[in-house]
Amino acid sequence: MCCDLSRSAPTPRDIGQGIDPPRESGTLPARPGLGLKPQHFDEILQRKPDIGFFEIHAENYFVAGGPFHRFLSQIRELYALSIHGVGLSIGGAAPPDQAHLRALRTLLRRYEPESFSEHLAWSSHGGVFLNDLLPLPYTNDTLTRICAHIDQVQTYLGRQMLLENPATYVEFQQSSYCEAEFITEVVARSGCGLLLDVNNAYISCTNHGRCAEQYIAALPLHAVAEMHLAGFSRDSDSAGAPLLIDSHGSRVDPAVWELYGNTIERIGPSATLIEWDNHLPPLSTLLAEAELVQNCLTEARGTNDG
Amino acid sequence: MDDEPRWACALLSAEVPVPAGLKTWNNSDPASRFAVYRNNVLVSLVNALEDSFPVTRQLVGEAFFRTMAIEFVRGNPPRAAVLTDYGDALPEFVEAYPHARALPYLADMTRLEMAYLQAYHAADAQPISAEEITALLTSPQTTTRTRFQLHPSLRTLVSRHPVISLWAAHQDKDAIQGALQTALTEIDMQTAESCWLLRRELQVVVIRMTPGDCLFAEKLRQGSSLEISANCALDADPDFDLAACLAVMLREGAIVSVA
Repeated sequence: MCCDLSRSAPTPRDIGQGIDPPRESGTLPARPGLGLKPQHFDEILQRKPDIGFFEIHAENYFVAGGPFHRFLSQIRELYALSIHGVGLSIGGAAPPDQAHLRALRTLLRRYEPESFSEHLAWSSHGGVFLNDLLPLPYTNDTLTRICAHIDQVQTYLGRQMLLENPATYVEFQQSSYCEAEFITEVVARSGCGLLLDVNNAYISCTNHGRCAEQYIAALPLHAVAEMHLAGFSRDSDSAGAPLLIDSHGSRVDPAVWELYGNTIERIGPSATLIEWDNHLPPLSTLLAEAELVQNCLTEARGTNDG
Repeated sequence: MDDEPRWACALLSAEVPVPAGLKTWNNSDPASRFAVYRNNVLVSLVNALEDSFPVTRQLVGEAFFRTMAIEFVRGNPPRAAVLTDYGDALPEFVEAYPHARALPYLADMTRLEMAYLQAYHAADAQPISAEEITALLTSPQTTTRTRFQLHPSLRTLVSRHPVISLWAAHQDKDAIQGALQTALTEIDMQTAESCWLLRRELQVVVIRMTPGDCLFAEKLRQGSSLEISANCALDADPDFDLAACLAVMLREGAIVSVA
């Protein structure tokens, strides 16, 4: 445990000249990041908050022009950028959609983000987009297919991608790998990096009766290039056991902060995003969460240096 | 995943049984867990429609809108992962939706809101200046066969209903031009209204125009010459005033180039 979890009076730093010195190209700084939301465009440009990076959902920017690109261009000049895909369906039966890949490549060329990531999930079938990150059976067939798709994506985009571990609610009888083994194999075979979503890890482990610390320890942690934190909501299954829902609509849970603190104590500081997509709060609330991330990263840096 | 077809069906329809082959660590019923995915798919898409059609939602109320949206989503799931375009089939759906029969203007309101979104996200382009266009229009090279390239954001809407007044009455008063401001109670529901939508800088403006102006702009957009476009507009609308229409185009920056 290394984090100061006190939430009483977080004071988000709010200074115009606090932005990082010229960043190493090709990597996100090991600092807090926030999801970029249109509601906050103006305020971000006015306040220029001292955070390490912004992350966008790629598909929201598959539009020809207008305010989204105008603001993103301005914000991108000031901050490192992560482009996070939510609709490529990389775990799907069909190969990634060519038109989608083309749009991605155009977007990546335009903004040259420090990071591009997608999900260990599927979301489209037969031309229908289901708008959710759906689970996969962890079998040899799935492994072969997803590695082929990742290879196709990395080759087409000419860069490494990060793959995010999922939040899941069911498992498959046919799975022959546990999730951490499966991800380890994918990373080893495809050469992709890992976007470690600590909230997803906690949710999945709770939902499937596992120990989240052990799960994370079994992941290919050397490949972690970014981390995600988010809030979940609570439900229960038909047996009354807790069922956590990856809702991205609240503060990060104390249990997830603890898991995060332990993880960065082990692997060192990493770029860490606060994901908050629903019931969007004011920017100041997001900056307060980012401040908590910064506290954890500072402590982990001390631990790792010492 | 091999079982994708069954998953896709079951996600979009509560009547389709939950796919086989699922397991849970505590032997709880997989169906109640699968319901989380069903809910995610449906609610996220309904929310996306709610974001895209805010005035439609206000006109019918949240419960009506969500019930209608659920039915729409089940029959018309998105065909691409870009949700900014999702809902372009909603107007036709609303026209045929039996529970909306009492609201004949509702389909056109969804058309107006979709056109607004399309204008908002359309490609950027620099309008031609008034000096340039004056020079071009007085140049001997300019003929009736001249073609205008219009701003990519320009959309038109012709309605038999007062949808523009209804839309304007649901906007923040500071955000719209005075010419559009109408109180809900003053709207004559028998009035037909038409408009252009056009993005200037970062804002979409809605400009009241005649059906002839709309047809003229649509013809130009399709690449017809000035003459053919104007004749079409005059045929359809004898009151069409070419000079007045061009003046609005210039004032609003609707023309990008002339060839």
